[in-house]
Amino acid sequence: MNVNLTRRRFIKAVIASSAVASQTGCQLGSKDLHAKGSVERLISLDINGKKRRVDVLPQETLASTLRYKLGLTGTKIGCNRGECGACTVLIDGIPNYACSTLSHSVRKRQVQSIEGVANKDGTLHPIQEAFVEELSPQCGFCTPGQIMSAVALLNENPKPSREEARQALSGNICRCGAYDHYLNGVMRASGQSNE
Amino acid sequence: MPSYDVMPEVQLYQPTEVDDALNLAEKFRQQGWLLGGGQDTYGWLKDRAKNPTALIDLNDIEAFKGIKATSTGIEIGALTTLRDIIRNPLINDHFEILAKAAGRVASPQIRNVGTLGGNLIQDTRCWYYRRGLACYRAGGNLCYADSPEAMNREHALFNASRCVAVSPSDTATALVALNATMVIKNIDGDREMSAEDFFVGPDTHITQMTALEPGEILTGIKLSNEWSNARYYFEKIADRDVWDFALVSIALVIKEEANTVKDSRMVCGGVACTPYRLNKVEQYLKGNPLSEKIITNAAKIASQGAETLNYNHFKIPLMENLVKRALRS
Repeated sequence: MNVNLTRRRFIKAVIASSAVASQTGCQLGSKDLHAKGSVERLISLDINGKKRRVDVLPQETLASTLRYKLGLTGTKIGCNRGECGACTVLIDGIPNYACSTLSHSVRKRQVQSIEGVANKDGTLHPIQEAFVEELSPQCGFCTPGQIMSAVALLNENPKPSREEARQALSGNICRCGAYDHYLNGVMRASGQSNE
Repeated sequence: MPSYDVMPEVQLYQPTEVDDALNLAEKFRQQGWLLGGGQDTYGWLKDRAKNPTALIDLNDIEAFKGIKATSTGIEIGALTTLRDIIRNPLINDHFEILAKAAGRVASPQIRNVGTLGGNLIQDTRCWYYRRGLACYRAGGNLCYADSPEAMNREHALFNASRCVAVSPSDTATALVALNATMVIKNIDGDREMSAEDFFVGPDTHITQMTALEPGEILTGIKLSNEWSNARYYFEKIADRDVWDFALVSIALVIKEEANTVKDSRMVCGGVACTPYRLNKVEQYLKGNPLSEKIITNAAKIASQGAETLNYNHFKIPLMENLVKRALRS
């Protein structure tokens, strides 16, 4: 077996091939919906500081675009109804549910997904480090969303109280129930003790 | 078999001018869907329970946003996000009850994009209706929530008429208490109406929650100084502190003079299809001191006329206790 063919690479390759297909509209086999005055399909999005050109259907959600067109699979789709928080991304620095945001509505805005949180040299963001140290994630599915909410909180309020952190992360459900561990992580990342 | 987790095909318009938005609203009428924060939009579309032809995204229209002081009070653009309302100094200084109510809506991420207008005109949460069943509200001839085996713990106590769904909005109860005025535009001009008249029950219009007609856009909310800085109380009781809708909520504004009640407005959410104003309680309180006896009587008056379903009896003591808490606060 080719050792270079990891599961992650295989999935990314599948996404890359479908991205080509999406140019002709693979999602639900769309026909051309371009009505007069309606939105253009080929647009530029600012994702993690990079300009990405992408063909976006009018009804497409940001979570779909990120995962299935741009290969940024760190943003998870949990409920796809804005009821779990797994897809949380920052839009102009504010946490939003990517599953409940139209890609067309973020054309002039800056999107930060989990892929854009660590530094360029690969070192982790203080929140990520603290979550590792505190063993905050259990299964890890909600973690990208938890990190995005926590990053937004610390950007605005570098020394939050535990209650403020609880409020800031309240829009992210953790099915493992590791909430306290995430809060420990936020307190550690902000240089506060967990006593 | 349709896929229930992706968006259906729909046209998207993102007008930047008021006139363009009004023209689009008029052009599409029932087939158009006004898009604010979209948090009560995508679920309907993904479930294929509502199938509009076009989404009219109003977020690029600056004239519909912002909070400004006027000579008689303040005016809030309908596309102002709940996040901005919660953090706005004008609202926190003069109409704090609205900031409190907005702060109890859904989750932080939803408040970050959810708009005041969207929160007010969102559809009811009756799950039979939201499942896409052909109930009265959906134009059919049956209520699934008011049948012998129905799960109706969240449904109405008052003013049900065929449909027993309840008003889901937290800000609506606060705005009815504050006697807000709604500003509505269509291609022919403007009209204004009180928040109380804006919300309509099933006896008036069974397929609509508000007086907003096809082609019309709710563009602003005016708050007059009549109730600014009045003593207030807001509380929302829900199964979960985040995301969930009110089982019962209460909004009270009250003016006292020489230890007696001069005037008050008290409104309950989650008990009727509209924010339910407790007129009789308000009348009873007028001129009375807020003694424990008066408060107990007021609570009894509040729940008079309640008609329970199979599973929502608990809402009566819940509502009475909220009335007591509000008056004791």
